[in-house]
Amino acid sequence: MTQVTLTPLSLASFAVILLIAQTAVVSILIKNEKLMTTVCFCLSAIASFAATAAGVWTVSLGTARSAIMELGLPGLPFHLRLDPLSGYFLVLIGLLSFFVSIYSIGYVKGFLGRRPVARLCVFYNLFLAGMFMVVLADDALFFLISWETMAAASYFLVMFEDEQVENRRAAFLYIVVAHVGAVAILLAFGVMAGLAAGFDDFSGFTFDAMRQAEFPAEWATVAFLLAFFGFGAKAGIVPLHVWLPEAHPVAPSNISALMSGVMLKTAIYGLLRVAFDLIKNIPWWWGALVIVIGIISALIGILYAMMEKDIKRLLAYSSVENIGIIMIGIGMTMVFKAFGQEILAALSLIAALYHAMNHALFKGLLFMGAGAVLHATHERNMEEMGGLIHKMPWTAVFFLVGCISISALPPFNGFVSEWLTFQAFLLSPSLPSPMMKLLMPLGAALLALTAALAAACFVKAFGVTFLGQWRGHNRPQVHEVCWSMRIGMGMAALSCLLLGILPTVFINCMDVVAEHLTGGKLTTSANALGWIWLTPIAPERASYSGLVVFLGTIAIYAIVYIILHVNPGKIHRGPIWDCGFEKLTNRMQYNATSFSMPLRRIFGFIFNLKEEVRLVPQQAHSAFPKKLIYSLRIRDRFWNWIYKPIASTSFWISRKVGRLQQGRINTYLIYSFITIIFLLLFVR
Amino acid sequence: METITQINSFLAALVLLTAFGMLSQKRISSLIHLFTWQGLFLSINTAIVGYVAGRHHLYISSILTLSLKVILLPYILHVLIARLKHRKDVETVVNIPTTMLIGIVLVIFSYHLTAPVRELSTFITRSTLAIALATVMIGLLMMITRRHAVTQIIGFLAMENGLFFAATSTTYGMPLVVELGVALDVLIAAFIFGMFFFQIHTTFDSLDVDQMARLKEES
Repeated sequence: MTQVTLTPLSLASFAVILLIAQTAVVSILIKNEKLMTTVCFCLSAIASFAATAAGVWTVSLGTARSAIMELGLPGLPFHLRLDPLSGYFLVLIGLLSFFVSIYSIGYVKGFLGRRPVARLCVFYNLFLAGMFMVVLADDALFFLISWETMAAASYFLVMFEDEQVENRRAAFLYIVVAHVGAVAILLAFGVMAGLAAGFDDFSGFTFDAMRQAEFPAEWATVAFLLAFFGFGAKAGIVPLHVWLPEAHPVAPSNISALMSGVMLKTAIYGLLRVAFDLIKNIPWWWGALVIVIGIISALIGILYAMMEKDIKRLLAYSSVENIGIIMIGIGMTMVFKAFGQEILAALSLIAALYHAMNHALFKGLLFMGAGAVLHATHERNMEEMGGLIHKMPWTAVFFLVGCISISALPPFNGFVSEWLTFQAFLLSPSLPSPMMKLLMPLGAALLALTAALAAACFVKAFGVTFLGQWRGHNRPQVHEVCWSMRIGMGMAALSCLLLGILPTVFINCMDVVAEHLTGGKLTTSANALGWIWLTPIAPERASYSGLVVFLGTIAIYAIVYIILHVNPGKIHRGPIWDCGFEKLTNRMQYNATSFSMPLRRIFGFIFNLKEEVRLVPQQAHSAFPKKLIYSLRIRDRFWNWIYKPIASTSFWISRKVGRLQQGRINTYLIYSFITIIFLLLFVR
Repeated sequence: METITQINSFLAALVLLTAFGMLSQKRISSLIHLFTWQGLFLSINTAIVGYVAGRHHLYISSILTLSLKVILLPYILHVLIARLKHRKDVETVVNIPTTMLIGIVLVIFSYHLTAPVRELSTFITRSTLAIALATVMIGLLMMITRRHAVTQIIGFLAMENGLFFAATSTTYGMPLVVELGVALDVLIAAFIFGMFFFQIHTTFDSLDVDQMARLKEES
């Protein structure tokens, strides 16, 4: 027996094995569901922590380690590899899984007594294991197995509350898109493996073989476009995003947090792996394509998010926006790399990776917050909420942190990554291509618009949910959520803050990833003014210090607080001023629909809107209506543009083909007879 | 040698004749009789070919054919229709004259198709290949045009006869192992068909295969 030494790889493998082994734990403890959830999610948290540690370790070592596992098909062993890129994503996945696992201990208890949770526990762990294996995989076979494990497990998780038609429909849509994407990925790997080692040999299936191969430009383009389509379907780029707003809201909130926070990032990982590690020679127009798709995703995503009144759908659409921003970063990396500007490529890649990490944290945090609200109110519709800040102060604070982060306001983390993305945009005039010179300012302007819209969107999300007074018709008993949920959210919020105020520390660590993929390095330039100031290229161009902004904010807040509270008599609490109108009710507040109305007027052409106002006249006189009924329906235009035609065409073809099947033996025999005659005649 | 070829061609003609006979036969017991005759001609033909070509394993094939297709299978089929109290008429999908015309077209087609083989082959039995192929296709045609399950199995067995005939006439028979295997397959197929018929009969109270269209899901 060989000595098992502790390496990052063995630590990560331990995490995966621990997660898979939990299926056994669940089956042993199935009698006592309360104990089962606690044990199960504690172990998941431990495994996630181990994976995070393995990731941190790998990134700090900065070298790649690989191993071969004699499992799977004979002659096709599983290859494992941990390099800085996979290490980074291991940290990203592990960190949020750690928070979400702790959160789940309390959250899943909410289901106890209402439905069996064993399925949730099993698939939760398989889902995590699948995601970890995706980043560990170093051959196409193991990668696809892990990828599909992840997809299948998340399908069952989306289906968790399967008695509702809407949930089954969403899960079906999700699995269809996931499979179409997986087919594209499979084909992409097929193209690369075939070119790496020829088509009569299996040895090309390892990533190592693909790395060493030189692909002809046109086939590399085919492989890249297939991979972009496949990973894009998982990441939710427009127009492949339609499953996100359907699947995320119906899944349990801890699952939504993971799906939105980290599962989408595995697609980002896959794209980076294929483009920068396996193909390597990137023409600039791939980058331009990725940037354009990214900008469209960002803009469309946030506009649709703005229109939503379902809090989880809003967050799902916002994920589309953030994936768009990450894609912009990746696209710029490709462009800069294609033109040989390594340092700028490194800057854009770090912006993309940083934003991936940030999005994982704050979107995870927001979904956990939405889950806490859902847990307390049993309501997803924001129109039925309001004033929750008084009932759930902790959740409100954490949710606010998430909202500030995602709106890219300093000193939180969202600002850093979006600022870095803007820096990359502003440095693009150095590019030699006139086409890119034209595209980049436009992109920067649209990204700025997106950022502003995101801020508006999350003002709405926070304001309508937590501020004001209760808007709903009936008033449920709302209470603060339990400790484990608060701890999970609190740690996520804290990491949002840390990533915001200490960006230089993290960028120093991440630099090795960028160096591996682009050849450029940022550390020297980023640290020109010491660790406090983040100066991506040169101090005279731009610099930012999260810590200074944070301390400044705290100082201003403290001064204001002291001024206001030094004389307690200065603050009065009174009834809301009603402008002389005496009958104010809770229904007269700003709500989600009214808040987004101006933007609906401006960008109305983007949505498929159906607005209706109906008067219910009073019996005495119709000039004084008894009440007004306003209804608004917003549909995704892409549904009618792309998905409906595809669906109806496939149904049409199926019906035509179905006619062949008559159920009569004679008819089937005629088919064979005609086939035989035909073959005898023409294929002699 | 010339006489042997003559006898071979004559037997081939008889096989084809029985095939057409089966195609035109309306009564099911006569159909089984015709099938028996076809098996007999096939068996004799195999024995003659074996004698001429000096392939002694063909005698075994011949005896196998005789016992299986002349004695055992007809017996099973007779028992089957007696047990099922089956009406004696055979229902057809297409009327008989049309079927016969299609059969003739198939024979011509087979001759056209095997012309290149006849040019190249040196076997004495080469001219019978076309007839063998025609027998196969007529068997299939019978399965298509008959509505009744028992006639369909006879069509299937007639097809197998044609294949066997083709094997003896082109290559002086397949290796014995293969022939034994095929014979066993046919026997087992007959048993399975028999069991199916009982099941179909008890389920639908009829042996009309059209009834099975009801098994298909509603569209």
